[in-house]
Amino acid sequence: MARFHLTINSQNVEVDVDPTTPILWVLRDHLNLVGTKYGCGVGQCGACTIHLNGVAVRSCSLPVSAVADQPVTTIEGLSSDGTHPVQEAWLRHDVPQCGYCQAGQIMNAAALLAQNASPSDEEIDTAMSGNICRCGTYTRIHAAIKTAASNG
Amino acid sequence: MATVKTTLNRRSFLKASALAGGGMMLQFNWLTGCAPATRNRMPDEWFDLNGFVKIGENGMVTVMAPNPEIGQNVKTSMPMIVADELDVDWSRVVVEQAPLNTDIFTRQLAGGSQSIRQGWQGLRTAGAAARRMLREAAARAWQVPVEEVTTSSGVLRHPGSRRSADYGEMATAAAQIPVPEEVELKDIDDFTIIGTPRTNVDALKIVTGQPLFGLDYRREGMLIAMIAHPPAFGMKLKSVDDTEARAMPGIRDVFTIETFQEDYTKHMFDAAAFTELVVVVGNTTWEVMSAKKALTLEWEPMAGYTDTFAHYITGATSTQEMPAGLENSSTHYARMAEVGARSAAVARRDGNPEAAFARAAQVIERTYTAPFLAHNTLEPMNFFAHVTADSAELVGPTQTPEHMEKSVAARLGLPLESVDIQMTRMGGGFGRRLYGHFLVEAAAISQRLNAPVKLIYTREDDMTFGIYRPTYHATYRAAFDDDKNLIAFHVRAGGIPESPLFADRFPAGAVDNYLAEEWSIASNIPTGAFRAPRSNFIAGAEQAFLDEVAEVMEQDPIAFRLELLERARTNPVGDGNDYDAARYAGVLELVRDRSGWGTEESPGVHRGIAAYFCHNSYVAHVVDIVMDDGSPVIQNVHCAVDCGIVVNPLAATNLAEGGTVDGIGQAMFSEVTFRDGAPEQSNFDTYRLIRHREAPKAIAVHFVQNDIDPTGLGEPSFPPAVGALANALYRATGRRLYEQPFAPQLEALVDQGTG
Repeated sequence: MARFHLTINSQNVEVDVDPTTPILWVLRDHLNLVGTKYGCGVGQCGACTIHLNGVAVRSCSLPVSAVADQPVTTIEGLSSDGTHPVQEAWLRHDVPQCGYCQAGQIMNAAALLAQNASPSDEEIDTAMSGNICRCGTYTRIHAAIKTAASNG
Repeated sequence: MATVKTTLNRRSFLKASALAGGGMMLQFNWLTGCAPATRNRMPDEWFDLNGFVKIGENGMVTVMAPNPEIGQNVKTSMPMIVADELDVDWSRVVVEQAPLNTDIFTRQLAGGSQSIRQGWQGLRTAGAAARRMLREAAARAWQVPVEEVTTSSGVLRHPGSRRSADYGEMATAAAQIPVPEEVELKDIDDFTIIGTPRTNVDALKIVTGQPLFGLDYRREGMLIAMIAHPPAFGMKLKSVDDTEARAMPGIRDVFTIETFQEDYTKHMFDAAAFTELVVVVGNTTWEVMSAKKALTLEWEPMAGYTDTFAHYITGATSTQEMPAGLENSSTHYARMAEVGARSAAVARRDGNPEAAFARAAQVIERTYTAPFLAHNTLEPMNFFAHVTADSAELVGPTQTPEHMEKSVAARLGLPLESVDIQMTRMGGGFGRRLYGHFLVEAAAISQRLNAPVKLIYTREDDMTFGIYRPTYHATYRAAFDDDKNLIAFHVRAGGIPESPLFADRFPAGAVDNYLAEEWSIASNIPTGAFRAPRSNFIAGAEQAFLDEVAEVMEQDPIAFRLELLERARTNPVGDGNDYDAARYAGVLELVRDRSGWGTEESPGVHRGIAAYFCHNSYVAHVVDIVMDDGSPVIQNVHCAVDCGIVVNPLAATNLAEGGTVDGIGQAMFSEVTFRDGAPEQSNFDTYRLIRHREAPKAIAVHFVQNDIDPTGLGEPSFPPAVGALANALYRATGRRLYEQPFAPQLEALVDQGTG
């Protein structure tokens, strides 16, 4: 166990955990932030996507010791009330079915648009293919990203 | 306007007096309602009217969603039905997930695409009954005949005396009115909510990461438990060395459990291959995951056994052989080919197929196969349980709370009334969460620990636990005369451990000489219902074969099917043909017209067609493929659906798209293979699921407009997508594909430079 000072959604928090603990489980079990999901634990499904310094990363595969005090944003911190353009586009296109993958999809999409305000179809395909949607909402995700890009 | 009774199975399912002030609402300390976008003030007092509705004194309406939510969006569409008959604005409606309560609700189960179909009448009746009771209350208050009291969007009116009152003002009085034995339902043309697009009631919570799923559930003081199961089917636990695991930080206990009591007779939803499990319990998920890796476990082959099941409704028992041995996929396919080459049990025979094949000028024969599949819901199996000496409280994702309640009660030795199950939203079902062994495990673990516990399966635990979609094998033969007329049709289908055959489905009824045979091979690989069971394979095989038949006959594939359907409609062969030929033709015609089939020549676009009837609905697909550097890309899919009245077109379109993507994805990419009884895939690095770049670039869904009572949509759009995909791939590559998954063969084509 070791003490870590973390910056999560602009808040300073302190946790006492094993340094190998993936930041995913620090968020879910120690900070009660359950918006970031567990789907595979090996970085293959994208349900655990968060932003580290604004870059999309798979939190299931990132130990808390590597995060240190770098700013982390989770789905809960993307906006205060669901009004991030990506979230609004998701509502406009009624994207979710079961909804389990969507926090990860949204975080990944938001990071893409922060780097590339007007991605092509192919760039969206490439950026988003690490996020599995078992319910098959891919066409809606794609359309919502284009809507968010145009409303930026 | 139809009049209906308010009783079901001699039991009134609307009990206003019994429910006033009590019942289902009281347990909701965690599952809070979904506030509408306008965020109206929540009323101080709620007035119960009946099992589906509560009306507050400020006119806010709570509608219960009785069926578990797996992403098919019944949590939105079922309340829409109630709200429409109740005659209240959707903006005033708050939706809550109902807990399990078999005294009030019928069929709280998600499976078989039946929620709307079976709930339709009951939900409408509940809304209509509440509206009637409000009118009665107003009539009494105003001293006027009830026939003169009208409603409009949550307001009661007596035009003659110009009086009006909001529903909220009359709600207390209405709760005292006896539930009417008969109520009047709206005419379909008068619907104001049903048939209109409504956003998912949980959408805002989903996109902002609110706790919704079983895995998100939290209870103060709860422990985390994980299991270890044998690495292969046909094996059992030999020894456990937990010395290292016990010593690790945060670990409370390590032990083994038996999922079921020795004298317990399982029902079909109790299916589980591994019923002796090693359990690790600790404070946090990572600590338990780490300790699990530190276990030293030994396994040994187990003897074959006979599994006995009692039917979950009738109680009649059936058995299933679970042979000893460590099985391999190579053996599975070889055995299926061997058995598939022999005559099998005849399921249906029309005319004289043997003679027709003997005299035929031409016969074609094709064999299709598909592998075992893992459901792989994105949220892995998990459940929370808190068991005390005389009660059990369970919370989590399950498709069958009513049936698992019995299993849990039996395992714990508690009466049924002491077991309480609350349903969270599920991160996918697909049939996997019908089988609730993990509820029983969680309950057993909690009882042993005398503490609240959440049981979590890792992705590896989940993917290798079994209850897979079976592997299948089907051989089709068609006989033609000198003029290339189709004179006989023969299907022989089988699988491990079950046959996928539906002997009475199309083209049965359309061909004079018809033979359907089936077989099965026992196995200890555990299987269960997977989205559109059996149809999920046989539709694709049948529809790809019909394409080859049409090709021999030099006919357009749609025209060919329509001609057969016309025969089935006007002069059917045999009895009990399991489809409505007119509706089946209807979706083919709709998809033909909307896709511009045969009229638009787009260079480089290769089209495939398929249609199927299952779970009471009809679906047809046209899949358009273009070749990009030798690789096929699905550019467009047209999907025509006849599911009767569409309750929520926004959600229905989403669901039809999802089934289409799932069918295509499974056929292209997915499989579980076995080596010495062990699944060779345990996570998404080795088990391939369709991804964003591989999904169709566009999907257009078209609904047949009719007044038929709603039928299912969770499953019907999956099966024909497989056939349309196979047929489009043939047009695009010149190769027919007979073995799923298709992708490895397509990738080989690209590598060879022949794609």
